[in-house]
Amino acid sequence: MIDLVLFSSTSRLWLILPLIICISLVYAGTHHEQLGLIVRRAWRTFKWITGFMLFAFGILYLIQYLV
Amino acid sequence: MTQSQENPEEIDLRDPLRAAFWALLWPGAGHVYQRRYAKAVIFMICILSLFAVGWTLGGKRVVYASWRNGDRRWQYLCQVWVGLPAWPAILQTVNITPFGKDFMRRPSLPPQWYDQQPLNNDQPTEAALWQLEDHSDYELGTVLTMIAGLLNLLVIFDAAAGPVRRGKSKQVEEENGSD
Repeated sequence: MIDLVLFSSTSRLWLILPLIICISLVYAGTHHEQLGLIVRRAWRTFKWITGFMLFAFGILYLIQYLV
Repeated sequence: MTQSQENPEEIDLRDPLRAAFWALLWPGAGHVYQRRYAKAVIFMICILSLFAVGWTLGGKRVVYASWRNGDRRWQYLCQVWVGLPAWPAILQTVNITPFGKDFMRRPSLPPQWYDQQPLNNDQPTEAALWQLEDHSDYELGTVLTMIAGLLNLLVIFDAAAGPVRRGKSKQVEEENGSD
């Protein structure tokens, strides 16, 4: 079932990726001036946000699996 | 040692207030004014595409200004910071419609509202119908446009005061690519 939700063509879940990219780039852009630094910092922020959301997803998935 | 050698991120903000004004008008415009073109392109693409995707996803009805009793669109307080792309909604509240009657218009309220009669809660308002028609896309569109507005707030501050200063050691650490 989880595969169907994640890869369904109608799922809006994948919008989260460009959203995180935009947030990371703008956030990094307002903290640094050099382009290389902005990209590096944005990549780090992207990893943090994605990691946190995957962690939350894992917890919630575990809860629904157990209950 | 000069100041610019001390701080490699020293930049010429030109007239910061004017830059902030341009950034408020259009995402990235303040940075174009300051000749910080790379950042201007990043901000423009990110914020405007977020706003456009959200607006389209929400059936082009998620951005409207209303502070009437029974229809307080507090989300617009976040969306308004996108600048010109979101401001036609304000014109709509005073019946100025340069882009058409329905462009960013407020949902209509039941006739009882105009007669100052108690509302019949059994009848859905037009705002509720919009949400019903677009389901979760309406909420998602609202959130995306709100995020776009809030991100442009950061951009306005960046145009006015430059990038957020951080500790020099941290900066050097990052420049060495330690992450």
